[in-house]
Amino acid sequence: MSGFPFLSLLLAIPAIAAVACLFVGDRNAKFVALGATLVNFALSLVMWSQFDIGGAQWQFQERSEGLFGPFDWALGIDGLALLLIVLSTFLMPLCILASWEAITKRVGLYMAMFLAMEVVMIGVFAAQDLLLFYIFFEAGLIPMYFIIGIWGGANRKYAAFKFFLYTLLGSVLMLIAMIAMIAEAGTTDIPTLMSYNFPVDMQTWLWLAFFASLAVKMPMWPVHTWLPDAHVQAPTAGSMILAGVLLKMGGYGFVRFMMPMFPEASAQLMWIVFALSMVAVVYTSLVALVQSDMKKLIAYSSVAHMAIVTAGLFAFNQQGIEGAMIVMLSHGVVSAALFFCVGVIYDRLHTREIDRYGGLAVNMPAYALFFMLFTMASIGLPGTSGFVGEFLSIAGIYEASSWVAFVCTTGIILGAAYMLYLYRRIVFGELTKDDVKAMPDLNPREWAIMAPLAAVALWMGVYPESFLAPMRGDVTTVVARLAPAKPAGDAHVSAGKPKAAEKHGEGHEVPAGEAHHAGGSQ
Amino acid sequence: MIQAIVFLPLLAALVAGLGQRAIGPFASKLVTTGALFTSCALSWPIFLSFVFGTGQAEVVTVLHWVSSGALEFNWELRVDTLTAVMLVVITTVSALVHLYSWGYMEEDPDQPRFFAYLSLFTFAMLMLVTANNLVQMFFGWEGVGLASYLLIGFWYKKPSANAAAIKAFVVNRVGDLGFMLGIFGTFLVFGTVSIPAILDAAPGMAGSSITFLGMRLDTMTILCLLLFIGAMGKSAQLGLHTWLPDAMEGPTPVSALIHAATMVTAGVFMVCRLSPMFETAPIALGVVTFVGAATCFFAATVGTTQWDIKRVIAYSTCSQLGYMFFAAGVGAYGAAMFHLFTHAFFKALLFLGAGSVIHSMHHEQDMRYYGGLRKHIPITFWAMTLGTLAITGVGIAGVAGFAGFHSKDGILEAAFAAGGGGTIAFWVGIFAALLTSFYSWRLVFLTFYGKPRWEQSEHIQHAVHDHHHDDHPADEHAADEHAHHHHDAHGDGTAGYHPHESPVTMLIPLIVLSIGAVAAGFVFAHPFIYAEEGAKFWAGSMLAFDEHLMHAAHEVPTWVKWTPFTVMAIGLFLAWNSYIRNTTLPGRFVAQFKLLHQFLYNKWYFDELYNVLFVKPAFAIGRFFWKRGDEQTIDRFGPDGAATLVAGGTRLAVRLQSGYVYGYAFVMLLGLVGLASWAMVNFL
Repeated sequence: MSGFPFLSLLLAIPAIAAVACLFVGDRNAKFVALGATLVNFALSLVMWSQFDIGGAQWQFQERSEGLFGPFDWALGIDGLALLLIVLSTFLMPLCILASWEAITKRVGLYMAMFLAMEVVMIGVFAAQDLLLFYIFFEAGLIPMYFIIGIWGGANRKYAAFKFFLYTLLGSVLMLIAMIAMIAEAGTTDIPTLMSYNFPVDMQTWLWLAFFASLAVKMPMWPVHTWLPDAHVQAPTAGSMILAGVLLKMGGYGFVRFMMPMFPEASAQLMWIVFALSMVAVVYTSLVALVQSDMKKLIAYSSVAHMAIVTAGLFAFNQQGIEGAMIVMLSHGVVSAALFFCVGVIYDRLHTREIDRYGGLAVNMPAYALFFMLFTMASIGLPGTSGFVGEFLSIAGIYEASSWVAFVCTTGIILGAAYMLYLYRRIVFGELTKDDVKAMPDLNPREWAIMAPLAAVALWMGVYPESFLAPMRGDVTTVVARLAPAKPAGDAHVSAGKPKAAEKHGEGHEVPAGEAHHAGGSQ
Repeated sequence: MIQAIVFLPLLAALVAGLGQRAIGPFASKLVTTGALFTSCALSWPIFLSFVFGTGQAEVVTVLHWVSSGALEFNWELRVDTLTAVMLVVITTVSALVHLYSWGYMEEDPDQPRFFAYLSLFTFAMLMLVTANNLVQMFFGWEGVGLASYLLIGFWYKKPSANAAAIKAFVVNRVGDLGFMLGIFGTFLVFGTVSIPAILDAAPGMAGSSITFLGMRLDTMTILCLLLFIGAMGKSAQLGLHTWLPDAMEGPTPVSALIHAATMVTAGVFMVCRLSPMFETAPIALGVVTFVGAATCFFAATVGTTQWDIKRVIAYSTCSQLGYMFFAAGVGAYGAAMFHLFTHAFFKALLFLGAGSVIHSMHHEQDMRYYGGLRKHIPITFWAMTLGTLAITGVGIAGVAGFAGFHSKDGILEAAFAAGGGGTIAFWVGIFAALLTSFYSWRLVFLTFYGKPRWEQSEHIQHAVHDHHHDDHPADEHAADEHAHHHHDAHGDGTAGYHPHESPVTMLIPLIVLSIGAVAAGFVFAHPFIYAEEGAKFWAGSMLAFDEHLMHAAHEVPTWVKWTPFTVMAIGLFLAWNSYIRNTTLPGRFVAQFKLLHQFLYNKWYFDELYNVLFVKPAFAIGRFFWKRGDEQTIDRFGPDGAATLVAGGTRLAVRLQSGYVYGYAFVMLLGLVGLASWAMVNFL
């Protein structure tokens, strides 16, 4: 495995295919795109199998210095990046298939945009040079921007504009912060920066600058309002990739940059993250409850889920961070699936109005089954991917603060309410409307998209070890890096005072990670 | 073997659910029912081995699940006495309900889906009771919730069924909030979610304190209370009970299996499973006692006024669950489990009997339109009578009685013996027993005795009309005339309708469960609640079986032993007096105490209260956040405001619409990247 340039190849295949798509004509472009994304997926799986769990932190490193002026072509991944890359390459072919019939104009350009998007996504997760990362990170805007702006719905221009304006604001600040970091540390190498100790007062404003950018990407309340519009206007596959991968760039930024690079600032300012996350869980869940547009509803639910991610990350412990990562992976699969579920019926009836549907269980039983599965995964039913992530992250959050955990857990009630209410209005009820009656059940192409998504959602729920194992070491590293700055949780468990008659003479040992709580109080 | 018991139903559910088109409805039913009878046949030997004292507790690991730092849990199947009791309850009732559904659901076009859901439910319930860690218990907990949701909403075209299904799920999630926080807290305190490890360590944490939501509380008390909130949701205890009566929208076999015999008892099971933990938290146990007694009383009062046969039984279930909880609350876990065990048989019997009545009465569920069914459906009548004898606790103290006699009296005696809060629970329980006897006999008398009152039922009218349509399909008008004529001519309240006894697939379960309702009490009383035998039976199951308490319960004064019987007789007399001897009495009573009746008939107005307190505000606040928050504040002062500020409103708006701006925006972005690169080269 050593030396084989997996990462460059993962970037090169879609890049070449993207150019090819522009020239081979609309019909062939689809096949080129599908072929390229499938090859990339296969390649990423091979890379996963070659990934040495518990081995070196950074693997598959490639480096050619000074390739583009001041910064290096430096690639390399750890377990966190590996999983997000595999998520991207997994969703890509499904997105191409989802667009197979829905996109009719300028297909070559569309496919090229999606392939460009894949390059950018993999680049973000694989970059080991700060500026290379920045280029990929911001370049991600461009294809998404065109996808919404050209193939979007009626109000696409407003949505594209809003998307742009929000992201621009944050990215300027982040760029300035990056320049300052490079000036301070004298390197653009991400692994080096991750262990560089920035002065504490400098950390604070660097943290805030990064936060401005990443909070928008996440998106966190109150800079989330671009997301519902972008989703509503984007074509189905655009929403799938936006919810599936683009939102994860924000979370990745938190765990890769903000937390290890500015640990003291993260600890000091964690209250901001907690406060915004708590607001987001309740606020956006309630907003989701009253939506009449399917895509908007799922978009708002994404904001609520991402709030669990941010809160989980800032719990600063193994469960919180691993849980947040699993929520990201799970949400990547499940929300993509839910947006596809919307797309399936949108393609048939061309409306996103929930009330136009009803009774689909009668004429689309297979669809109803898949939709039910993804609904359950979204509301975190144990046995599905959603549960493992939510459970671990809130377990971690609880160690940090029972208040935050309590508020985040109310999300499970509200989440059940808005998702089941959505499902009921679309799938259950009497099948009365003639145009709805005429809708056929899933075709083989749609089966081919639904089935893998469902399989992964279940796999991640029943045997998440496959996904936890690669990231374990890296999360431990982050936790260790944060440990000196980590504040004590609010639990302060005191030792037990069992009655003399009891067989155990002394208080039970409090778990290792929390021992200081027990000792420190009373 | 335990793997087969648990996973056969899952396998069957998958085969029947996903393969229904390939194998057809008959095979789907056969596969699921066959799997359940197999599971049942495998479960009884395990249970009996524990009864005879040869069983050994064991834990079988199936698959690794999660490990994250110190938080580790596997898919495991635990078999011990407590699990074995639940195994036989679940698999027996489930197998019988599967069989019963062959007849009950005969005309439904969606049978494979129904049977698949039933089997899926059974699987989830088995996972719940075999859990060796809290997270797997939560998996089963939510799994049964899902199956319950799917089955309540099985007739998904009915808006009321859909509403009831969502309500059940969401109200249960409120309980789950407590359960989840309880698990998190337990992990924080004990560093593990393994049930044996927690129970082992729990006594050592007695007297410890913890900060929760800014309050300094006793650690074990708050943990137990949080977990108990979960139990309250699943077991429909006062406050979180509102979903259970609505759940009757589901097909009746579902009510029997899920909402009477198994799922709703999960909360009781949980408290018993974690009993050593609850034993370290006396305040929490006090709350359990209080909530149980309050529910017991509340549900019994509501049960006396309902007309829907299934709702009466639903409130009865709610009330009986209250008994189980206060038994657990006073420390009589063996008695709680015993009542759970016997209740499963006689309550499933009552529900399936009600289903048989409904089946014969053409889906009419209102008891006002029943009457005189004794002679028409005699087997159902006898089955339901035995069930009623069991639930009202008929028996001779010191000798023997029906199932409920042994278990309910066991609970009341233990409560009395426990003293303190138990004494209050005892008196509440006695009063509830009076009401239980009244509403149970009321149900029997209204349904099976008196004169037929069927003619006012729309369902029956339909049935009669349809019947005549079938006879004379060509002459609709004449048929209508005929029916009216018929109706008048009879004058005996039957409208010319002839109820038929249910098919044999439905009668076999009734007969088997009748045997349970008669015998489950005296056959199994010794191992469950007798002091020495109980201690032996429950050993190795980690149940905090209190030998002293059970001794004391045996030694209570004679009047305590006879009081339940006395109030049962009074209830029977009142029911007989009101519904057989003097049938105008209930009407006059209602006229006299209008307010009280309204209050009870409307279930203490819980639904209305919750609607005003939670449901409506949630939607209103959501709309407020959306319109006022997102659109009129964030967007207005955020992106839209910025746009106005930067480019001057109108010009930008024009360009926005013409699409230029986004071209500009793109150029700006490229410029930014270029600028940055330039800055970089010069800066570094």
